[in-house]
Amino acid sequence: MPLNYFYPDYEIDRNFMRCINCRACERQCANEVHSYSEEKRLMDCDSSKCVNCQRCVSLCPTRALRIVKTVNTFKQNYSWTQDKIGDIYRQADAGGVLLSSMGNPQQYPVYWDKILINASQVTNPSIDPLREPMETTVFLGKKPKQIERDENGKLKNNLPVHLALKLPIMFSAMSYGSISYNAHESLARAAEAMGTYYNTGEGGLHEDFYKYQNSTIVQVASGRFGVYKKYLEAGAAIEIKMGQGAKPGIGGHLPGMKIIGDISRTRMIPEGTDAISPAPHHDIYSIEDLRQLVYSLKEVTEFKKPVIVKVAAVHNIAAIASGVARSGADIIAIDGFRGGTGAAPSAIRDNVGIPIELALAGVDARLREEGIRDEVSLVIGGSVRSSADIVKAIALGADAVYIATSALIALGCHLCRSCHAGRCNWGIAAQREDLVRRLNPDIGYKRLCNLLNAWNHEIKEMMGGMGINSIEALKGNRLMLRGIGLTDAELKVLGIQHAGE
Amino acid sequence: MLKEGQIRIPSGCAISGVFNRDGKRVNGSDIITSISVMHDRSNGLGGGFAGYGIYPEYKDFFAFHVFFDSKESRAECEKYLDGRFDVYEKGEIPTRKHKNISGAPGIWRYFIKPRAGILDAAMLDEREFVARTVFFMNTEIKGAYVFSSGKNMGIFKAVGYPEDVGEYYRLEDYRGYSWTAHGRYPTNTPGWWGGAHPFGLLDLSVVHNGEISSYDANRRHMEMFGYKCTLLTDTEVITYILDYLVRKRGLTLTEASNVIAAPFWGTIEKMDAERKGYYSYLRQAFPEMLITGPFSILAGFEGGMLALNDRLKLRSMVTAEKDKTTYFASEECAIRIISPEIDSIRAPKGGEPVIVTLENGADNPQ
Amino acid sequence: MKRVYVDEKWCLGCHLCEYYCAFANSGKSDMVDAFKNMKLSPRIRIEEGREGAKAISFAVSCRHCDEPFCVKSCIAGAIRQEDGIVVIDSEKCVGCCTCILVCPFGALSPSQNGTMLKCELCINNAGGVPACVKGCINRAIVFEER
Repeated sequence: MPLNYFYPDYEIDRNFMRCINCRACERQCANEVHSYSEEKRLMDCDSSKCVNCQRCVSLCPTRALRIVKTVNTFKQNYSWTQDKIGDIYRQADAGGVLLSSMGNPQQYPVYWDKILINASQVTNPSIDPLREPMETTVFLGKKPKQIERDENGKLKNNLPVHLALKLPIMFSAMSYGSISYNAHESLARAAEAMGTYYNTGEGGLHEDFYKYQNSTIVQVASGRFGVYKKYLEAGAAIEIKMGQGAKPGIGGHLPGMKIIGDISRTRMIPEGTDAISPAPHHDIYSIEDLRQLVYSLKEVTEFKKPVIVKVAAVHNIAAIASGVARSGADIIAIDGFRGGTGAAPSAIRDNVGIPIELALAGVDARLREEGIRDEVSLVIGGSVRSSADIVKAIALGADAVYIATSALIALGCHLCRSCHAGRCNWGIAAQREDLVRRLNPDIGYKRLCNLLNAWNHEIKEMMGGMGINSIEALKGNRLMLRGIGLTDAELKVLGIQHAGE
Repeated sequence: MLKEGQIRIPSGCAISGVFNRDGKRVNGSDIITSISVMHDRSNGLGGGFAGYGIYPEYKDFFAFHVFFDSKESRAECEKYLDGRFDVYEKGEIPTRKHKNISGAPGIWRYFIKPRAGILDAAMLDEREFVARTVFFMNTEIKGAYVFSSGKNMGIFKAVGYPEDVGEYYRLEDYRGYSWTAHGRYPTNTPGWWGGAHPFGLLDLSVVHNGEISSYDANRRHMEMFGYKCTLLTDTEVITYILDYLVRKRGLTLTEASNVIAAPFWGTIEKMDAERKGYYSYLRQAFPEMLITGPFSILAGFEGGMLALNDRLKLRSMVTAEKDKTTYFASEECAIRIISPEIDSIRAPKGGEPVIVTLENGADNPQ
Repeated sequence: MKRVYVDEKWCLGCHLCEYYCAFANSGKSDMVDAFKNMKLSPRIRIEEGREGAKAISFAVSCRHCDEPFCVKSCIAGAIRQEDGIVVIDSEKCVGCCTCILVCPFGALSPSQNGTMLKCELCINNAGGVPACVKGCINRAIVFEER
């Protein structure tokens, strides 16, 4: 039926005056868009296969390629947009759930971009981080409830278990399976080099990476893949994944074709079986059940590891966080609705959950109202795109941030949002050996370190501008923020004043 | 225009303090002279003093100094106090007419003690009960503002230059072993007497010069523990942090100072194991009470005084000794004017607490 | 001595090294110009496996051996070693191909005009880092002391 045909969204625009037929584009495109015509002695292409990952554009030696948005369009309609119509055709054709990857790309407000940061003028001095100490060390975990002294009256060290971060940025959970071995290695090595942590995600921990255990957070998700005592002991902290910002309320599904070799061994499931994470944890149907899991994990690791509970930002997140804070968890991680994923139903990714900025502001305020903000540290993620976003997050009340999409972009990801297809040309979200090889961890880990160093430097510059020389004095310091173009309701939730006030 | 408490108003300032370690009580003339030479550090929009040991005959009573906007607010306030406290004596605080001071509210003083039965029923210790009374009156009783609430000490403050405020309150009639003074340079016109400094809670009074950049982080953290920051000033939140760390958490003043103006991690790293453990513990246990940005504070308390600068020493402060007297001031001239022949003078380092207390055997009026 | 080394683990078989090599030795300033109007021969060649996704590729170029067979075998005395780098004098080369026969790595090839071509570590063009190393997108070709 002719309705099966869609004119491609993006077209290859090749400048034949510049093309030297080196065929690098052809060799590097796993989607087989490019081909060489011996007859015409020219490069050819099939734009309908193109996902616009920009791999060919990036490595074309003569800069002969670009990818342009097509001008082919349905009759313009603000209600029935081309995407909506196209989706209907696809579903009418196949009868299935539409899948997509990475974070919510729809036009919702990005509150980071509607918040402005303060700086000192006259009444107090700004501080130059190149000349004065500027501290970004963060500790995550509970605070001691009571001061204790020894027989000589000296303070006893009764600090609960915690994580120590040299900078307020961690790599958030991405499983081995959803991303490649080399991507995992890059993250692990960068975390170790930078004095922070990366997160295994729910796919278990490859035996090669046990050596990075002091920089590793091991995740326990609803599928419990790869979870056993040695795994739990292999991390500096344990994260219970209750939800994910990109797909709150549903589990995960790694197709059997990806469960091969090391991935099958690491997940501890037979090759070729689908890895299905249930929507809920089937031993957690309520908050009191969560408390039991938190304490069983603490018990099995002899109370030596902090426990993180990760939840998706949903409408009643403040109440949920308050419950989690009382569950014995040391750290709450909240994932906003623009957080990424390796695969999610588009309907859920694009419509479920709330922006992390609002969730964070609400949770921080609620925990303070209840007097339990000291009981937990707050880590947020879900589209933290720059150092400025991090400064804003911390001033709103976060202790630290989780980044994942930013880290993947540092590794080469161009957000083509086709991870679920398994043909990642950048070697990140792929398992095919020839594709995985494209991400050399020697390069990857260095790029991640560069990104973190650059952001940390910028954070310090912004702190110095505000006259703040230690990150703890920025935490929850909402007077340093002003809203721009926000309604009274939005300002109230964010707990900030409008610019000019 | 928004009043103090509705908006945060940064200020520059002058501070001065005199402490007699032997407990000798002197009247308020010297401290007025001292603060007056730093006239240009204030702009006439706030001045005040705190004296310790000034009410020896009422030493068992909490001395409440209260501003009232109206007779009605006073009536409401007195009704509230009568229900909970034994009021030993009350009356207007004596003042003299002064050409530079105008717009005075009602300024009253109450010597009070919580009623035994009420205290037992509340299951609170006396000081916590009184602190909660102060918070209640300042937030819930319209037009009333308790600006001094300690025993055998008192805060006197007004809108005006500090030397005029001292004369207005007849400080020459009070004799104390410890005095602090404050001249304020707010960047706005609060026009409200409650906004002047010192700021006090129970016997703790704080004068401060600076503008802290950690303010809202500190404020939001302290409000979690029931403190209500109604003035939105640095001094208020610093007072609460000191009160919380010392009175509620049981830290010493030195330990509390090491929380507020903690050494940098880079410095801690280089320390021996014991000191490293001590400083790391305090930073990790109370990170939200670290204060950044410029400050120099003098905190008066029963039997002692604490002086502390921010860890980068972004505000001036010197301390001098003469016989049994210790002086602190923003500028050396403020000390020299009242004690030209001092024995020694130095500028304490950033983050180094200087604590003076009454010597053993001193004539402690308490 | 710094040499060009190849780590087959990271070679993607994209062949870009060949193009950057040929361009660097073309004497042209524009790559398009170099390839549109001339037939160029690179001095580095990709050896490609044929086993699909598991296939291993790697680039081959002159190893600059300590005791090079090519130098010994050259009948015209056109190949010599300078500071460890094996170089060829195309003026002297008679195109007999003996060097091709004796080289155990297959690192020499004939040019359009019949003289021999081989990697000379870009000493006569870019300088510093050889063009294949600079152009390798996955750091599979490195230039280092070992």
